[in-house]
Amino acid sequence: MPVVFIPPPLQGLTGGRITLEVEGATVRELIENLDRAWPGLRERLVEGDRLRPHIRVAVDGRISTMGLLERVGATSEVHFVAAVSGG
Amino acid sequence: MTREKVRVQTTINEQPVEFLCEPRQSLLECLREILGLTGAKEGCNDGNCGACAVIMDGRVVNSCLVLGVEAEGRRITTIEGLARGAELHPVQRAFLEQGAVQCGFCTPGLILATKVLLDRHPDPSEPQIRRWLANHLCRCTGYDKIVRAVRQAAAELREVRA
Amino acid sequence: MSGKPYRVIGTRPVRHDGADKVTGRAQFGADVRLPGMAYGYVLRSPYAHARIRRIDTSRAESYPGVLAVVTAADLPSGPDRLVDLVEGTLPLSYARTNVLARDKALYKGHAVAAVAADNPHVAEEAAGLIEVEYEPLPPVLDVLEAMREDAPRVLEDLRMRQLGELTDKAGNIGEHFRHVLGDVEKGFAEAEVIVEREFRTVMVHQGYLEPQSATALWNQDGRVYLWTTTQGAFSAREATAWILDLPVSQVRVTPMEVGGAFGGKIRVYLEPLAALLSRKCGRPVQITMPRRDVFEATGPTPGTYIRVKMGARADGRITAAQVWMAYETGAFPSGQCGFGAICILAPYDIPNVLIDGYDVVVNKPSTAPYRAPGATQAAFAAESVVDELAERLGMDPIEFRLKNAAREGTRRADGLKYQRIGCVEVLEAMRDHPHYGAPLEGPNRGRGVAMGYWFNIGWYSSCVISVNPDGTVNLVEGSVDLSGTRTTIAMQAAEVLGLRPEQVHPIVADTDSIGPTAVTGGSRTTYATGWAAWEAAHDVIRQMKQRAALLWEVDPEAVSFDGGVFRSGDRSMTFAELAERLEETGGPVVGRGAVNPSSAGGSFAGAIVDVEVDPETGKVTVLRFTSVQDAGTAIHPTAVEGQMQGGSAQGIGWALHEEYSWSPEGAMLNSSLLDYREPTALDVPPIETVIVEVPEPQHPFGVRGVGEANIVPPPAAIANAIYRAIGVRLRLLPMKPSAVLEAIWSKEV
Repeated sequence: MPVVFIPPPLQGLTGGRITLEVEGATVRELIENLDRAWPGLRERLVEGDRLRPHIRVAVDGRISTMGLLERVGATSEVHFVAAVSGG
Repeated sequence: MTREKVRVQTTINEQPVEFLCEPRQSLLECLREILGLTGAKEGCNDGNCGACAVIMDGRVVNSCLVLGVEAEGRRITTIEGLARGAELHPVQRAFLEQGAVQCGFCTPGLILATKVLLDRHPDPSEPQIRRWLANHLCRCTGYDKIVRAVRQAAAELREVRA
Repeated sequence: MSGKPYRVIGTRPVRHDGADKVTGRAQFGADVRLPGMAYGYVLRSPYAHARIRRIDTSRAESYPGVLAVVTAADLPSGPDRLVDLVEGTLPLSYARTNVLARDKALYKGHAVAAVAADNPHVAEEAAGLIEVEYEPLPPVLDVLEAMREDAPRVLEDLRMRQLGELTDKAGNIGEHFRHVLGDVEKGFAEAEVIVEREFRTVMVHQGYLEPQSATALWNQDGRVYLWTTTQGAFSAREATAWILDLPVSQVRVTPMEVGGAFGGKIRVYLEPLAALLSRKCGRPVQITMPRRDVFEATGPTPGTYIRVKMGARADGRITAAQVWMAYETGAFPSGQCGFGAICILAPYDIPNVLIDGYDVVVNKPSTAPYRAPGATQAAFAAESVVDELAERLGMDPIEFRLKNAAREGTRRADGLKYQRIGCVEVLEAMRDHPHYGAPLEGPNRGRGVAMGYWFNIGWYSSCVISVNPDGTVNLVEGSVDLSGTRTTIAMQAAEVLGLRPEQVHPIVADTDSIGPTAVTGGSRTTYATGWAAWEAAHDVIRQMKQRAALLWEVDPEAVSFDGGVFRSGDRSMTFAELAERLEETGGPVVGRGAVNPSSAGGSFAGAIVDVEVDPETGKVTVLRFTSVQDAGTAIHPTAVEGQMQGGSAQGIGWALHEEYSWSPEGAMLNSSLLDYREPTALDVPPIETVIVEVPEPQHPFGVRGVGEANIVPPPAAIANAIYRAIGVRLRLLPMKPSAVLEAIWSKEV
């Protein structure tokens, strides 16, 4: 099952849990399922039908450009990180 | 400060050139705005970067520190005057072959300065090269490949002139 | 160089734009000449922090030769929203305010008004006639002072963000970053040696030689045409359109050649001003920044305060690391502390980590990215502590790093696991290099090493390749070419198509002529746009196979392409021969590629530096410098070497002489290239380069971006070398002669 790392500012919603196993084939599905178990998570991560502007999702160490649409594998690790670029 | 224009007669890239300019206009401004020779660049406008360098009467000068009216009666070479028809000058070619050009902004000034160096010192040492070019800032290359390009051009010119 | 059997990749062709660059023909921003073009000049605040009570432009407007004057009143002020302007997400109102100050001047040099006139001298004179009534306010100039509860507020509406969410904490802290791995208390308890140090770095500038320049025409067809100095034609288009409240497609940006950028030419400063002036006077308007404005009013890089604590066991394993870092981001938040937080411990596998980082606004120009933004300051701190730790443990500095090196599977501080990376390979190349073991004799001489990292980005690129009847191809792409990428991109297409590099004609196109392409920055261009070119080239081959199949009356599946030749059975045709038959087999062949790859594995870099310190003057001479970097696959080794040497030289300048000197009122005292000391040819030695190649698995040719990581190690490597030369550790950048002398004297006391 995919593992989602909960960023520190949101750990209050998950009872302090840092990692959670949750089903899902896309990032969208993961968040829906997480929100069912820990209400309020979705609202902190999603705005409309996209990730909030300052947030990106990384699947298996790669920061995705597809946000909620990114596919997730059965043993994937998923992180939510602040959006960054470069010079 | 008078706005009345002065007539200047000079030689640029071996061609007689005549233009009108205000006394306050630098040679750099005259080349770029009046004569359409935009190869000389403005990096700082106070003589500290070398991007505006041209050759005047055989010397490298920062054209931002020369007044347009001072060009009267002089012989000036800009980067546009270096190539012979479709043939690049050995210094130009060396800069390309050695990868001494990245953004290219400092390149015209550096190439002209290199030409004068090699006209006077056909076999310069590395310290000599670095000292001669110390007035020309380059932010992209770290100077390493520029020095190699000067060396390559020096070797080629020595052979040609021998 | 590369072990793979490439024909073109790994060679060193002369750049396609080479002749133009050495003959003065290349057109940079300020070289644009349009019929009827007018010139603009920007009036800027003399105060670092002031309310703007009143602006009276009447005397300027009636000055002979003046065509138009604009102030913030001419900018739209619709409802605010968050916009993604490449460097990060920020309120649109901040972007607008930086272009023209509205109620407050937030830094000395903040634009207040702009004038267009027949010639630049008249525009400047007229700007002097604009009357601005300022009410000066106390400026906030120190990053730690700015974080206090009682500090004057730079932006009244600023609230601190945490992982992109607004808290209700008012003040000067724009964002708080926090990364946690394991348990640092437990980790430090296990450590047998602990080092904790504080560091300060001062604001520096990217120092590109070419000042910003933008020419705008607000045309009678309602469109705004821009010719500008930018790293990103499409991002400049977006930013200008949003700031002016126009549909994005109503703006066309033609990117000019750029005279150096390094991250400082992503943001738009002049484009909206030139456009507004053009709309008012009906003529094209060109504005070029004087050098003083480049320093005072563009985007330098943050000064910082960084505290690093690291602990290790006697066997050399680092058990814990704790970082507290504050970055001054100028008048608006920038997110650069976040980048520093990701990179600061990146070369190491440390199980227990706690990083707290703060982006803090101050009354200085709004900072912008500078080549691996935020990472160099961070490495200066961390790599000095690593060096000290290694010494206390009696271990060789490179062996200590190898013992703790990040590898595939190591968790970065932000939690992400590394994919395939070359950290170990870079360290080994440093250790095995002749420089590292060479004798260094003489008094006051020392050798130092340091590592650096940049995560590199992916992002979107478009490419179109059309086949010419003579068997050459045109390649249209949208990545501004800062230093030769049109060639490295063309080389990747040439490799696929079996052509020589000179048979590919690359064009960097404007925003009307090619699909969207992200900014040239983040070390993405050879990687992502090269990938788009690879895809377009394969599309060309697919289509040409169909044409060959038509001519030979076989199935397209039965046609192969290898070594530049199409074959089926015993029949064959070269690329050029088939190119000649395209018209009769269906018409032109145009291939396209569009990619949006996720971030790549990142690039590690290392530096070995020998210095000599003059104990009487404090001058540090760099005697020998070796730069090592993982390029994945070096498409054009000369270009890769050039990046490494350029970044190293910038790092040397940052280490030893560059700084913003501030007056107590917040004015930059050294805003000229005389007193802002960038390295000359005399300040740097020959820079030896070692290209390590650990291919990036996701890219068709294994490319990793190389533009940035090379600037990260030099300041720390030089600090470590100075320590070995004279026994003093400097923890403040720049390590200029006066700082070195003070360190020597305080040690002797």
